[in-house]
Amino acid sequence: MKTVQLMIASVALSLSLAPLGVLADTSDKKIALSNNYAGNSWRQAMLNSWQKNGQQAVADGVIGAADAFTTAENQVTEQAAQIQNMILQGYDAIVINAASPDALNGAVQQACDAGIIVVSFDGIVTAPCAWRIAVDFAAMGQSQIDYLNEKLPKGGNLLEIRGLAGVFVDDEISAGIHTGVKESGKFKITGSVHGDWAQDVAQKAVAGILPSLPEIAAVVTQGGDGYGAAQAFKAAGRPVPLIIMGNRQDELLWWKEQKDANGYETMSVSIAPGVSTLAFWVAQQILDGKTVAKDLVVPFLRVDQHDLEEKLAKTEKGGVANVEYSLIDAKKFLAEM
Amino acid sequence: MTLSPRMFRSLLPAMSLSVILIAIFYLQPRTMSYFGLNLLLNLALPIAFATLAQMCIITVNDLDLGIGGFVGVVACIGATLLNDSPLLGVLALLGCIASYAALGALIHLRQLPSIVVTLGMSFFWLGLALMILPRPGGSAPQWLHAIMTFKTPYIPFTIIALSVVALLVHWMLKVSAYGTILRGAGGNPSSVERAGWSLLKTKVTMYALAGCFGVLAGLTLVGLTTSGDANIALRYTLLTIAGVILGGGEFVGGRISPIGAVLGAVTLTLTGSFLAFLHISPDWQIGAQGGILILVLALRAIINRAETR
Repeated sequence: MKTVQLMIASVALSLSLAPLGVLADTSDKKIALSNNYAGNSWRQAMLNSWQKNGQQAVADGVIGAADAFTTAENQVTEQAAQIQNMILQGYDAIVINAASPDALNGAVQQACDAGIIVVSFDGIVTAPCAWRIAVDFAAMGQSQIDYLNEKLPKGGNLLEIRGLAGVFVDDEISAGIHTGVKESGKFKITGSVHGDWAQDVAQKAVAGILPSLPEIAAVVTQGGDGYGAAQAFKAAGRPVPLIIMGNRQDELLWWKEQKDANGYETMSVSIAPGVSTLAFWVAQQILDGKTVAKDLVVPFLRVDQHDLEEKLAKTEKGGVANVEYSLIDAKKFLAEM
Repeated sequence: MTLSPRMFRSLLPAMSLSVILIAIFYLQPRTMSYFGLNLLLNLALPIAFATLAQMCIITVNDLDLGIGGFVGVVACIGATLLNDSPLLGVLALLGCIASYAALGALIHLRQLPSIVVTLGMSFFWLGLALMILPRPGGSAPQWLHAIMTFKTPYIPFTIIALSVVALLVHWMLKVSAYGTILRGAGGNPSSVERAGWSLLKTKVTMYALAGCFGVLAGLTLVGLTTSGDANIALRYTLLTIAGVILGGGEFVGGRISPIGAVLGAVTLTLTGSFLAFLHISPDWQIGAQGGILILVLALRAIINRAETR
């Protein structure tokens, strides 16, 4: 019990001292990344961005440590344990890409109670004590239909490829797509499969449903599934419809090849994996004593017909089109909020 | 005093736990406190319950590949029905236990392989959980959260709960008379049947017991996380099997150890923390966890060989 009291006392003390130390340097502060999943190209790019940016920040003496931890299989229970371990390891801030918006709240609250700054991004947490850097996933879904409205004025049948069932990102994007479809009134979703944001899964799922589908005008996606869908259409010997892409390098490359060969037109939208670096700097700014609003919204990254070549050239093989944030970018972002 | 292989074998779970615990204390002295132990161990309680559920099934020489999904369903019921209309929630949970008992009866009567039935059920459970809670959310009843965050004096609640449960189940299966029959039904079914005991009854009892522990696992889990998610416990399936085996159980039926299973579950929980404290890169953590498992099981195999010699 004594240790708890001591801990609370020291937390209270450090909190009361905080205003005195405004702009105190954060060079001895430690930030940890709690990541729930690493099994696709987006997550790998996200971790890469974090590592590159974190190592630079440590080398520059801006921060004491920027360690990344990933759980094996997108499991809430493991991530909760991981956050609890971080509390014990004495990190000053925890940046989270969460497996579930609600189910980690118990662990997040424990972290907050221990005086730790919690910043969530992409997969956000709803605990009121945490900061959230959210993506408007519903708007991302709707933007696909907006594009189709322009491109296919006559409307037509759509095939929807969804993400991982039960994950809120999947629900949000899909809800956005369905709202868009309802509003436009020209389109009809004739089939829906789960591609789990992975090309191989998407290819199998699309191949399975294709024989039962009428002519498809366009495929709406969630990212990481466009290339697989294209392969499935090709294998079935059906004309490849307009497939919305998700910024993955293989998708952009395929699009470029089609564009050069037959003038194929589409668009690509997803969030930049470099959002992890934004979360990093937001945590650093909070540690630095800055006041930051609890809810922030980050824009999504879109690739169009005209800037395809430029964006593709900047994307590494097997990676995802990316934007990384520096401290200056992050400060600018926060000033605009 | 020389240790016989048999004794060494039953001590192995406790020894692997001690090694991991001492290593953690050494790496991160902060954990050596009430606060630290509480944080380190509180997620072990649901895993321990789920492991006991798996152990019940392994006792009768079956394997449950659906327990993770089942715990998820219970967690979803706990975060929705149980909170909004407690009576309906309790009924639903009783229904879950009953369906587990029915599963046992089905497997026995139709002589179906349990792996196939429970694997099929795992998809059913996941679908059911998604129907109850299509997207993560809901909230655990206040009382449940209060129990799980209850601060007992001197020793963390989790440790007390784990010990009580382990001893209780140990008494139930290893000491009581009917417990012997239940284990016998897994180890040597034909002789138990010839002695006049109903195999159907033993199987239904063990499956119902597994259902009870599954419900306890789901409820303690949702009490800790404060809200539900259909995917919350999918990993429990393999974790519980590993826990039972780590704790000295075997796939032959009848050879189980409830105390060992609880220790095994705690050891597995701590392995994750241990690797995190070691600062092992995320890419290696998953592999390292498997490595530790193989190490302990290899040790077991060596002891087993010494035993048969």
